[in-house]
Amino acid sequence: MNAIVGLSQTELRLPIVIVGHVDHGKSTLVGRLLNDTGSLPEGKVEALREMSRRRGMPFEWSFVMDALQAERDQGITIDTTQVRFRTAVRPYVIIDAPGHKEFLKNMITGAASAEAALLVIDVQEGALEQSRRHAYLLHLLGVRQVAVVINKMDMCDFSAERYQAVSDGILGYLSEIGVTPSAVVPVSARHGNNVVERCRHMAWYTGPTVTEALDAFTAAKSLAHRPLRLPVQDVYKLDERRIIAGRVESGHLKIGDTLTFLPGGRTATIASLESWNEPTPRTEAVAGQSIGITLDQPIFVERGHVASLAEHRPVETHTLRVHLFWLGHEPLTVGRRYTLKVATAEHDVTVQAIERVIDVEDLSNHNGDRVERNGVGEVVLHSRSAMVVDDFVAVARTGRAVIVDGYDVVGGCIIQQPKADEMPARNLIATGHTVTADERAWVNGHLGGVLWFTGLSGAGKSTMAMALERELFRKGIQVYALDGDGIRQGLNADLGFSPDDRTENIRRVAQVGRLFAEAGVIVVTALISPTRADRAVARRIGGRHFHEIHISADLAVCEARDTKGLYRKARAGLIPEFTGVSAPYEPPLTPELTLHTGGQTVEDCLAELVAYVERTLIRPARQGGSGANTGEP
Amino acid sequence: MDQLSALEDQSIYIFREAFNKIDKLAMLWSIGKDSNVMLWLARKAFFGHVPFPVVHVDTSYKIPEMITFRDRMAREWGLEMVLGQNRAALDDGMGPQRGRITCCTALKTDGLKAVLAEQGYTAVIAGIRRDEDGTRAKERVFSPRGLNAEWDFRDQPPEFWDQFKTTFPPGTSLRVHPILHWTELDVWKYIRRENIPVVDLYFAKNGKRYRSLGCAPCTAPTESTATTVDEIITELERTRTSERSGRAQDKVSEDAFERLRAGGYM
Ligand SMILES: Nc1nc2c(ncn2[C@@H]2O[C@H](COP(=O)(O)OP(=O)(O)OP(=O)(O)O)[C@@H](O)[C@H]2O)c(=O)[nH]1
Ligand SMILES: [Mg+2]
Repeated sequence: MNAIVGLSQTELRLPIVIVGHVDHGKSTLVGRLLNDTGSLPEGKVEALREMSRRRGMPFEWSFVMDALQAERDQGITIDTTQVRFRTAVRPYVIIDAPGHKEFLKNMITGAASAEAALLVIDVQEGALEQSRRHAYLLHLLGVRQVAVVINKMDMCDFSAERYQAVSDGILGYLSEIGVTPSAVVPVSARHGNNVVERCRHMAWYTGPTVTEALDAFTAAKSLAHRPLRLPVQDVYKLDERRIIAGRVESGHLKIGDTLTFLPGGRTATIASLESWNEPTPRTEAVAGQSIGITLDQPIFVERGHVASLAEHRPVETHTLRVHLFWLGHEPLTVGRRYTLKVATAEHDVTVQAIERVIDVEDLSNHNGDRVERNGVGEVVLHSRSAMVVDDFVAVARTGRAVIVDGYDVVGGCIIQQPKADEMPARNLIATGHTVTADERAWVNGHLGGVLWFTGLSGAGKSTMAMALERELFRKGIQVYALDGDGIRQGLNADLGFSPDDRTENIRRVAQVGRLFAEAGVIVVTALISPTRADRAVARRIGGRHFHEIHISADLAVCEARDTKGLYRKARAGLIPEFTGVSAPYEPPLTPELTLHTGGQTVEDCLAELVAYVERTLIRPARQGGSGANTGEP
Repeated sequence: MDQLSALEDQSIYIFREAFNKIDKLAMLWSIGKDSNVMLWLARKAFFGHVPFPVVHVDTSYKIPEMITFRDRMAREWGLEMVLGQNRAALDDGMGPQRGRITCCTALKTDGLKAVLAEQGYTAVIAGIRRDEDGTRAKERVFSPRGLNAEWDFRDQPPEFWDQFKTTFPPGTSLRVHPILHWTELDVWKYIRRENIPVVDLYFAKNGKRYRSLGCAPCTAPTESTATTVDEIITELERTRTSERSGRAQDKVSEDAFERLRAGGYM
């Protein structure tokens, strides 16, 4: 078979989705379309008449599609339906979608496989909420061919003015989201005007009928000449052969091609294309084909890997910026973990940031910490495993993903200009391990670090350390708080409070902090550490990981708080060399950050801390607007 | 790429997803043309092998030729066959005289549930198609079933971009539908292209042939002169009667088939 040449897509069924607001006449239009093209089976019209009569309704064309009893009884489409029919030009799969917002997941189910769409709008109502939402989602899903159908023209005496007004309204919205419809067809679905037959009452309209508009859509473009992407679906060991099975999602391949498998980048050459019961053995394959290949070398390959040609590889990254639609009952929130499915790969991802929430009604952008059910937004996702992806616009099949929560699909997203992990510039020192600090940082999505809190007893070091630990943990960050009191009971149980012992205490905590930081963790220490000399030692040990953070409050404030009752004891002379009372506290001269816990609430301090950590450890190379780890190459 | 190859590639993809994701997988084998096409597609997907057992629910009312054909195919293709039967109901005299829907539910649906439970299958592959009936037109490729195998068609999971639902709570199960997107005509064209054996009952004798095969008492042959696959294709290209028109149990009432399916029928 000569796959590359034999690419005619014209006989393939063109999938068309019918979308729009509830009750605007989508199912009626499909029923009518099937009838008027002679596609209904014998006896169907009589059966419909009987069903309508039994329910005391006038003849209902929507019953052709609305096959469930609940749908007929309530006069509403619940789930999407697919039917086949053909015009003189080509065969179609018509996908009827429900308009009610409760069933948006079913609308997406239908629309996601469409090449083109009809957006049905009731002339009496104009574009309503779901008309806009559906239009927006079509665009997001990558359905670029759209025709608008203005329905129920019989209800406005086929008025050209009404048509024009509704048409102007929707065209304005569509142009804002970058959609130019191929036609705006005035119809009466119920009566079959301008569906297949041209309508006498609308002589003022000279554009295409519905079937003409369908036939004017172009067939799906072949993906054969796009970059090769073969996501591995499975590996079978059969009769001594090790067959890598998968579907060519884009591009083409042939025996002798050298494939690069990502993540990892191992390479091998295609030794054979395996198949069963083919008239002649396969030597090549193109986009759309489910194939099996063997390689010339036994390299490690598993489900989720993506094969490509060396010159046009997909991107390997731990962080993605995506445009998503959300279907979950629980809103999407920062810090939540989900499973991301891209082609055949699955990744545990954490929502790192919500960059904007989009109101599809008026297309305004908002800041927010959640994307609600049926909402749309742009978010940053981070995965601990390397993800192999493409920009949706360049290679759609590996540029889109679904999001799973527990057992359920809760959303879908398209990937926007993914960037390969960059070496964070501040992180170049080799550790001598096989796993480098950079690799740990990519996997974790942040750098390790020591946040060295210093300040008087009662200034709020432990409170802030614990609050920060909780908050960073919620964001999916590897974090651990080392509290001075705890350390003194364990690691440093042998030390007392003499100046030498205090210095040794700090040296040990600094060493432990550094190990944590090198292991990729953000560690927060909460020790009074009163002398500049001791903190200088800690800074030398911590090196580039070290961040001195002054938790500052006036002695009077601390003493008034006296949370542990220590000041009272110290004043009574029961604690010798108590910092602030009988021993000096030397405030840092150039700390990385100072928090004034006396004048600010815990929440405000926490926000300042989190912002500092984001800036220095989570997205150190962040360039305006784009995602994490996306510094200039 | 032509339409049949596109359909075949999509079905192979579905088979491979099911096989990768599901531990205890089986395929329903009704012995009809669709099941045989499915077996063929499975062998395409797995390079000549059928790597899961095939389950046949024997209602004891099948047309005898079907059973002969079944046993021959199982032998020739080396299938691991698992038979299910609702013995208790049969011993109790269950048959279409008790009502077609009652009989179908007892012998097919309950017979199926019993064998699935007995064998511990978590998913079964079934050869239904969207063009067969309005409720099947609304099916998912990976369709979850509840604790009692029932189909909650009012709240199906979203399914898009070929990312199928492959995780589900313990006790529930899945139906996998690899030829959901095919039509009757596609099936016959593929049988012709691939030369797939089908039981003789599909070809006309004395002016009648079976378009859809089920139990003898509830399946009537339709008028036809088509004695070869080519003639069947020509006939189907012209006909405007529906495929299941010979199936009596669908016609008991407007929602008879919907209720059967909601209860766990294929
Ligand atoms: N007068 C008039 N009524 C129509 C026309 N088209 C549809 N209707 C009626 O509008 C109502 C809703 O039609 P449906 O086809 O069910 O609407 P839908 O868009 O499919 O609704 P959902 O799928 O539930 O979102 C039905 O009662 C139809 O008979 C039309 O052209 N003229
Ligand atoms: Mg509808």
